Amino acid sequence: MFNIDLWQEIYGTVRRNKLRTFLTALAVAWGIFMLVVLLAAGKGLRNGIEYQFRDDAVNSIWIWPGKTSVAWGGNPIGRQIQLTNDDFEAIKRLPGVEHITGRVYLWDEGTVRRGDKRSAFDIRSVHPAHRFLEKTLITRGRYIDDIDIEQRRKVAVIGDEVRDFLFKKGEDPIAQWITIAGLEYQVVGVFQDEGGQGERRKIFIPISTAQMAYGGAQGGSNRVNQIMLTVGKADLETSQQLEARILKLLAEKHRFSPEDKRALRINNNLEEYGEVSMIFTILELFVWVVGFLTIMAGIVGVSNIMLIAVRERTREIGIRKSFGATPGSILRMITLEALVLTAVSGYLGLAAGIGLIELVTSFLPEIEFFRDPQVDMRIAIMATVLLVVSGTLAGFFPAWRAARINPIEALRDE
Amino acid sequence: MIRLEKVNKSYRMGKGALHVLKDLSLEVEAGELVSIMGSSGSGKSTLLNILGLLDGYDNGSYHLEGELMRGLSERQAAHYRNRCIGFVFQSFNLISFKNAIENVALPLYYQKVPRRRRNRIALEYLERVGLRDWAEHLPSEMSGGQKQRVAIARALIGKPKLILADEPTGALDTETSYQLMELLREINHSGITILVVTHEHDIAARTDRTIRLRDGVVVEA
Repeated sequence: MFNIDLWQEIYGTVRRNKLRTFLTALAVAWGIFMLVVLLAAGKGLRNGIEYQFRDDAVNSIWIWPGKTSVAWGGNPIGRQIQLTNDDFEAIKRLPGVEHITGRVYLWDEGTVRRGDKRSAFDIRSVHPAHRFLEKTLITRGRYIDDIDIEQRRKVAVIGDEVRDFLFKKGEDPIAQWITIAGLEYQVVGVFQDEGGQGERRKIFIPISTAQMAYGGAQGGSNRVNQIMLTVGKADLETSQQLEARILKLLAEKHRFSPEDKRALRINNNLEEYGEVSMIFTILELFVWVVGFLTIMAGIVGVSNIMLIAVRERTREIGIRKSFGATPGSILRMITLEALVLTAVSGYLGLAAGIGLIELVTSFLPEIEFFRDPQVDMRIAIMATVLLVVSGTLAGFFPAWRAARINPIEALRDE
Repeated sequence: MIRLEKVNKSYRMGKGALHVLKDLSLEVEAGELVSIMGSSGSGKSTLLNILGLLDGYDNGSYHLEGELMRGLSERQAAHYRNRCIGFVFQSFNLISFKNAIENVALPLYYQKVPRRRRNRIALEYLERVGLRDWAEHLPSEMSGGQKQRVAIARALIGKPKLILADEPTGALDTETSYQLMELLREINHSGITILVVTHEHDIAARTDRTIRLRDGVVVEA
């Protein structure tokens, strides 16, 4: 096998039979190329969807009150449901709730000022557990804590873009005072968020402080506009049970029909993520099936060409045999030729596929649902090996037959 | 050189068998230039295939240079073909994608002679058959006579004791045929035994002895 003459013989044959070589190489290279590109595209879509969900906890349930659309228990249609701290505490006690937070909205009061710098930022009044729901990353100081809630402290956790706006470069914002909607707050923490620019332009304050300071004008100091919670590692079914229990609880407390879709909106992200995830799982499966079929087509193509090639060379084999070629030498020559041809073209296909992906990645604009296509090298190499092995076998069997053929019969072949 | 004794060979044809060689015996001395004649179906090609170890025989015995050629494995047969016998075919049987020099060097490839050396030797042999200038040409660029001379160079390069030529002039015109027979005679003078299968009388007349076959038996030796 490591005999230089044999390699030269193979090189000579491959070089002189350009069309055949080209077709075989194309069948293999194309198969691998397509597989690599398909897998990468599938991965890109998967990465895209995961990027969409990266910002929020996927195991979360969000609850917003609405207006009733069904008359129930003597109450008319169109009644506004108002969630309160009591509801928050009641839901918090339900089994299966991991982290829970409420939110109070601050209408048109988002002006933030420090010295002569002034801008509007998104103010969110939350419970300490909100951190887990939005996957907020504290980079300096701390987040809102229970004592802040209890004592209604005027503290704020600011996004790093807020810091960059309000503070000089290198200035430590911790323990500094800023004015939010007319009241002085002390900065206790700085955070980052993977959600992008919008997320990093937010300011978190304790929900109890907000209820006291701004709640009065908007319907009571125990009002909660939104409740969000996570369900830990619960599966979809368990989270749906919890969802049903929350609905039942709130429906009884606020006397609306549990069937009323408008009275309370409950958004189970696990459900949504599961659905989207399912679509992508199916898509991935589809990519696999197509990739597999592409490889199969490659194998069939290579086998076919090898079969024809050996058939075409029957006479040559007869000539070689009549001048002293042993069956073993014929077998070695043709099998090795098939191996070299498929291995080289498989490698080229792999390289071309990866090259294309690299190219696409470097020129890829920010597209939703498609990010960072990658090839699983293990799979790509395995597919290449598979194709090389099948190409070699496809050369081996007819070669084996041809090696045993009687030279006269081979010579008679036209 | 060659001794055949009561050799039988039959081919299976459907349910029956075609008995091609019937108790065939013949002898060829070293250094002879012999022709084998016979109409088609007389068994002359079969005989040549057996002599060339391209085909086996059913019973009898075949001695080549005193060695019994019987029940040889493919490997052994390949070895003898490589070392002792050179073939020349009617349809030249050159490898179409190899040039003259590579075609001539082929037997040396199977003798494991390094490439550079075998190409040098092949060039010498091409010179002997007057085709040195055609060394780099492919068979498709050569005339019939040239191709057959390349084939002869290829048959000679392995330094065989015996050359078997199956209708070597069958595809050539008369003048080229006669030139080719001259070449074979020259080679014969260098001590190599040559057997020419032909059905042309004028070709047979250019050999030293003619063996006539009819229906698988020798009618004249």
